[in-house]
Amino acid sequence: MKLTGAEIVVASLRDEGVKHIFGYPGGAALHIYDALYKQDALQHVLVRHEQGATHAADGYARASGKPGVVLVTSGPGVTNAVTGIATAFMDSIPMVVLTAQVPTGLIGDDAFQEVDTVGITRPCVKHNFLVKRVEDLALTIKKAFFIASSGRPGPVVIDIPKDITAETTDYSYPETVDIRSYAPVCKGHPKQIARAVDLLLDSSRPCIYTGGGIIQGGAERELTSLVRTLGFPCTNTLMGLGGYPSSDPLFLGMLGMHGTYEANMAMYECDVMLAVGVRFDDRVTGDLKKFSPNSTIIHVDVDPSSIGKNVHVEVPIVGEAGPVLAAMLERIRSLKRDDKPVAISKWWEKIDHWRSYRSLDYDRQSEVIKPQYVIESLYKATKGEAYVASDVGQHQMWAAQYYGFDNTRRWINSGGLGTMGFGLPAAMGVQLAHPDSDVACVTGEASIIMCIQELSTCKQYDLPIKIINLNNRYMGMVRQWQEFFYDRRYSHSYMDALPDFVNLAESFGHSGVRVDAPGDVEPAIKEAFSQKDRLIFLDFITDQSENVYPMIASGAGHNEMHLKPSSSGEVPLERELA
Amino acid sequence: MRRIISLLVENEAGALSRIAGLFSARGYNIESLTVAPTEDETLSRMTIVTYGSDQIIEQITKQLNKLIDVVRLVDLTEGRHIERELMLLKVTAERDYREEIKRLSDIFRGRIVDVTDKTYTIEITGPVGKLDAFIEALGDADVIEVVRSGVSGIARGERALRL
Repeated sequence: MKLTGAEIVVASLRDEGVKHIFGYPGGAALHIYDALYKQDALQHVLVRHEQGATHAADGYARASGKPGVVLVTSGPGVTNAVTGIATAFMDSIPMVVLTAQVPTGLIGDDAFQEVDTVGITRPCVKHNFLVKRVEDLALTIKKAFFIASSGRPGPVVIDIPKDITAETTDYSYPETVDIRSYAPVCKGHPKQIARAVDLLLDSSRPCIYTGGGIIQGGAERELTSLVRTLGFPCTNTLMGLGGYPSSDPLFLGMLGMHGTYEANMAMYECDVMLAVGVRFDDRVTGDLKKFSPNSTIIHVDVDPSSIGKNVHVEVPIVGEAGPVLAAMLERIRSLKRDDKPVAISKWWEKIDHWRSYRSLDYDRQSEVIKPQYVIESLYKATKGEAYVASDVGQHQMWAAQYYGFDNTRRWINSGGLGTMGFGLPAAMGVQLAHPDSDVACVTGEASIIMCIQELSTCKQYDLPIKIINLNNRYMGMVRQWQEFFYDRRYSHSYMDALPDFVNLAESFGHSGVRVDAPGDVEPAIKEAFSQKDRLIFLDFITDQSENVYPMIASGAGHNEMHLKPSSSGEVPLERELA
Repeated sequence: MRRIISLLVENEAGALSRIAGLFSARGYNIESLTVAPTEDETLSRMTIVTYGSDQIIEQITKQLNKLIDVVRLVDLTEGRHIERELMLLKVTAERDYREEIKRLSDIFRGRIVDVTDKTYTIEITGPVGKLDAFIEALGDADVIEVVRSGVSGIARGERALRL
């Protein structure tokens, strides 16, 4: 039976196992929308802005592990989606973005709602396609899903001209696909793995540093048993939180710019570093010249170009985190060495000393709401089991620091691109992927405004997200940098003329609660999460002057952290402990 | 260090812009880039001359390999290889200079492929250094136009870049 291109799009998505698709219609996409109307295998989620569609699909992918799917129209539909595509690209999130295009004959004519989609998205996709024949459509979609979700995942764009969606051809969805120029490596090289294991077993100051690759590769079990078998300290990047249970004593907390003192000092002083599924991002390493000066680095990554990009690596291992860590474990067990605990007990003493600084302490006696306390209360109320989607800024760092993630895919944030506006639409995707789970959107009054229109989508699809708005009336992270590095000249970081968020939420048909006393924080959160059927916007009026500590300033090393000044203010900000 | 990277890429619209875009987005240098179809119509052969530290060259080859359209890649400068470039050069050739330029062209094994009573058009191939030397040898002759193809390269011996 012959199908139209539009019907092939829908049938291919169905046969790929897609359940949800996030989108917004428009002229060039109308054939596809007509085909969507005539079926019920796929649920289309109508967002209020194409940026919301891409973030929602992204959140869906992060929380479920399945590629998120987006459908937008040509021209502005595409340009609006680009921020979300770039966000997914920077964090290696699998996504397939279908973009409608003007008819083939009009491409290049500056037609109405025409942009060069393939050109505009090229630098921020894993790959993109322009479909020129209806016969190629099903295979292209198959290839897109394969590329998006294999190797180092990423977004793939398929640009489909309108006339292609009207033409007809025979449909069959390919079972498999073979791309001669694309063969991601899965298993690591056995010799390299053996070298790595020898180094680890001979080290006296080891440190295991893992990132998003553990989450994307589903390697949390292998990581946890490797770390526990060795008894080594483990730290996670912002993208890797949940990869190792944060409640475990071997966990040092997050590392990097706002990481814990013990994590960064362990990275600085270690003699052997096992880095897995990380990319030595500048927010993690600080000044590369001062980065971990005495360590031998083992780097495991599925993307060869991540290895040796920023730091010199002694033992590169190209492969997926799961199989490589499993092979390392197997070798460690076969060697049956049991001299480890004694050898590194001194190292642990040192780490415990760093821990004793309690770098995440904050003022718990405060009469204004401390943002850290809100996150701790959120953790308590949800027993650490909620999915937490975050926006970008101070609140993001506090959520990362104070919500202890014991499981993967619970922490959903824009790490690489740092996209304000990500939180709410991402939370929608998470809630659709896990309809019966608690989903919190931790945000700030500046970020939430950037995609506030999605409150309307939440209403339409009854998404009972709990919005935790840490409202300090500032773009907090901008203000913090201006305080530290611009002599407190708060240039355009003040949020003037804010809406009344309670009324705003209510006008969209949700509930809103304003909380301005510390004593009301816990009850308000508890009450909100007891209401399973509705979105509640919790507007916490928090301390305006609170800063994120610890902090490594740009250009500084891991041993040059700023710790929190003591409550009496005796310790100057510039104090360096190491 | 100067490197000659040779690639087989899918002969598809956009492949060239992906590669050129990679170099500009990541700030890598391109000295020359040539591209043309091969005996297999689904593939194009591309030769890129670039330079940078070993670490940068390693990144360039890894990033190129990561592009879905890149099928095979080799750094020709890692082994023995032949590099050639074609140059077409138009030069004023009048009176005393006419004989002199012809002689120079012969010495460099160039061929005069077009003649007017005022000009010669010379075709010459060779490694980049030879072409540079020829231009230098022309000295104060009046060079009107120079067209260079960019470098093409191939490995010596039995090594080959193919599927």
